[in-house]
Amino acid sequence: MAKHHIETTVNGDEIEFLCETEETLLDVLRDTLHLTGSKEGCASGDCGACSVMLDGRLVCSCLVLGCEVGGRRVETIEGMAKGEKLHPLQQRFLEHAALQCGICTPGFLVASKALLERTPDPTEHEIRYWLAGNLCRCTGYDKIVSAVMDAAVTMRKG
Amino acid sequence: MRYEAPESLEGAVALLAGATGEARVLAGGTDLLVQMRADIVDPELIVDIKKIAETRAVTEEQGGWRIGAAVTGAELKEHARLKQAWPGVVEAANLIGSTQVQGRATLGGNLCNGSPAADSVPALIAAGAVATLAGPQGKRDLPVEDVMLGPRKLALRKGEILVSFLLPPRPPRSSDAYLRFIPRTEMDIAVVGAGVSVTIDGAGTITAARVSLGAVAARVLLVPEAARAIVGSRLDAAAQQRLETAARAACQPIDDKRGTTEFRIDVAGVLTRRAALIALDRARAN
Repeated sequence: MAKHHIETTVNGDEIEFLCETEETLLDVLRDTLHLTGSKEGCASGDCGACSVMLDGRLVCSCLVLGCEVGGRRVETIEGMAKGEKLHPLQQRFLEHAALQCGICTPGFLVASKALLERTPDPTEHEIRYWLAGNLCRCTGYDKIVSAVMDAAVTMRKG
Repeated sequence: MRYEAPESLEGAVALLAGATGEARVLAGGTDLLVQMRADIVDPELIVDIKKIAETRAVTEEQGGWRIGAAVTGAELKEHARLKQAWPGVVEAANLIGSTQVQGRATLGGNLCNGSPAADSVPALIAAGAVATLAGPQGKRDLPVEDVMLGPRKLALRKGEILVSFLLPPRPPRSSDAYLRFIPRTEMDIAVVGAGVSVTIDGAGTITAARVSLGAVAARVLLVPEAARAIVGSRLDAAAQQRLETAARAACQPIDDKRGTTEFRIDVAGVLTRRAALIALDRARAN
């Protein structure tokens, strides 16, 4: 069967790609579009390393088919920094040493950004629940939660 | 594997009815894609129903609410009026998976995945929700408790899809609640789930109730005996005891790594009582 021809928007750029039905959005991002910031951890929606925004919703790109995203809006970790200028979350993750191996980090950043856009002043409890679908095997989470809380303060100041 | 995303119910039904091999409906994909990856299912045809308007809408209908089968948990959470009318249904849907899963997972998918531990199903059954199906012979309505026949077994006929749910009109002083037990605080599958919906009169006496239990039998159970145990009462201690006993008597759970038979039966009583108390409190506030 012929491949699907998909036209979509990724990080504000209009793009098109070809994909097989079986290919997930994560496969397309990494292997076809060479946007390798989104990671494959579990490939079953449990770890959140592949988190992206789809039409403004946080989703696991491993649980979306590439052929589903035609005409929709995809945002990935690659769209987070503005040129050389890091997003406040990225800056705070560095300052708080909220990463070690770094595999989970893009997913945590995308998920945290989604939280702070909706909830500019989250409690620690809200952060921990919102990020329950992002697994980190290195940090023990406390540094991540502190970084998100600190980034929220920065972002509220604008 | 073929992927189709028809924009009409007729189109979706025709595709499914005409399928020669295994065909699957795709809503949020949070079960289907995992099962495809694990080689549990290997469909020849995937019919994505999200472009069909009827599956994506939440609308008021005849004093009740119609919820499209492909409406996501995140969308339900943001619907203030639906949440006010049916807090138990919305809180049950919102317990499924993570924030990421909530962005995709749907009520229709939760039911059609055919798991006895599906969180939203006891809440829907307690709510008296009716599922609207569309098939080659047209539309038909089926109470949610009659949709699932057993693990992975549904009452849907070839070519039929689940389009939407209708939650009935709510009398004054009515509310609902859903509770589940899991061994951690989130991101797990119910060991027991309990949904309770009640209506009370001006004096606080329960005039109508529905009770449903998940993960304690081969399908999600409607437990009319448990409802009868509290109708006519104000959920005093004796009525709570009758409710617990009736809920436990309905359980026929499996014994597995996530919970023993004895544990599940015991917890079913406790959760049913607690869910009923929450539903009652909410009904008093309405």
